[in-house]
Amino acid sequence: MFDFHLFLSAVFGWPLFQGAIITVLLCAAVQITSLLISLGTASLATSPRWWMRKLIAAYVWLFRGTPALLVLLFIWNGLPQLFSIFRSPWFSPFLAAYIALTLIQVAYVTEVLRSAYGAVGLGQREGAQALGLRRWHVFTYVVLPQALRIATPALVNELISLLKTTSLATVISLTELMTVSSLAIATSFRFLEWYTAVLVYYLTMVAVLTIIQSKVEQIFSKGYSR
Amino acid sequence: MIAEQSSTAMPGDRAAIEVTGLQKWYGTFHVLKGIDLSVSKGERVVVCGPSGSGKSTMIRCINGLEKHSVGQILVDGVELTNEARRIDAIRAEVGMVFQHFNLFPHMTVLQNCTLALRLIRHMAKADAEARAMAFLEKVRIPEQANKYPLQLSGGQQQRVAIARALCMGPKVMLFDEPTSALDPEMVREVLDTMISLAEDGMTMICVTHEMSFARRVADRIIFMDGGQILEQGPAEQMFRQPVHERTRSFFNQMTH
Repeated sequence: MFDFHLFLSAVFGWPLFQGAIITVLLCAAVQITSLLISLGTASLATSPRWWMRKLIAAYVWLFRGTPALLVLLFIWNGLPQLFSIFRSPWFSPFLAAYIALTLIQVAYVTEVLRSAYGAVGLGQREGAQALGLRRWHVFTYVVLPQALRIATPALVNELISLLKTTSLATVISLTELMTVSSLAIATSFRFLEWYTAVLVYYLTMVAVLTIIQSKVEQIFSKGYSR
Repeated sequence: MIAEQSSTAMPGDRAAIEVTGLQKWYGTFHVLKGIDLSVSKGERVVVCGPSGSGKSTMIRCINGLEKHSVGQILVDGVELTNEARRIDAIRAEVGMVFQHFNLFPHMTVLQNCTLALRLIRHMAKADAEARAMAFLEKVRIPEQANKYPLQLSGGQQQRVAIARALCMGPKVMLFDEPTSALDPEMVREVLDTMISLAEDGMTMICVTHEMSFARRVADRIIFMDGGQILEQGPAEQMFRQPVHERTRSFFNQMTH
């Protein structure tokens, strides 16, 4: 039946741990990059230039509409077919997954931040402008900190969603958690033990993120509790 | 039809605010239909009139929060243009107090007051804080310096907003219905702060419905209606013998 000993050795074994590290690194790299890019694209989404708004909207439509699996395959298999430069060894599954998931994540995070910017009242901007603050100051010191507070729960949602989406990178042979377990199952035929071990990893990572979320919310809510 | 403008300006003295032929449209709606207004240094002007008459829009044009369509605005002799640098420079010289305070909720009272000093005046942290504390003393709220705005009462928040504007050492203070969002028992403390500011000789333009304040402080009352200055003059004259029936009925409503 369920070999508890095998389960424990899978959980505490080196291969899954290594896979988890790759999952975490990929996730962190994608989330940080897409957050930085989206700070700008979310502003551009409300630009006074109509073609800029359309451009951002088209991007969001494209990458929210395309299944992650398809984007991964486009980048991993399609790019080398188009450009010979991607046929080199440096174009690793990790890099391909990083590019593909970032393209998708930017679309989602742009939407989250766009609504958060909008939720910071016009009065805040005017209060800052009336003091003579430059546009850049108004954004970085007044709008952004308040927008991040509003966006935190949604951003963590997107991060958790991303964490699980990385499992799709198994199709482009990235040795993340799913790939490691599939390889182990291929030789041992012990499905349940390995799946459960992988489940423990994902749930633990999400638990850690949830704790981080509440800490971040605490930091941002300074000044909002009476 | 417009009453003779009373002015305390000395000959050759440059006006703090000089507005000529100011017009503004919101789309097809003509909000301001040609405003001429000169405010001399140290003058206290109260602007009143029914809602929708363009009072707020007019003072918001003076620091460029609203872009005017036609006309000229000079702030201490500098023309307000569309150039961002110049608008920012003028705003740093013109303090504004809003109906809803517009304090930054994620910053302490002290940080609210020092932000622009640090960023625009490039003051050292200690100097900025010392200056901010001096103005918080002036609005009698120094003990709240390390609290956050939402932990204060409305009246306290508005006094912080006044201190925040004063920190920049403005040449003119604009008040846009500063007591309209306050509970009645908090109106007094804010008005007292404004009165003491007026006694210090600050140039002030106040949009307000507080007629007791206008009577006590204003050198001149401006009555606006339908996007125009209908009538203006010293407080007593405006209250006792307004020229226009429209003005008369408005003040009757306000004081009874």
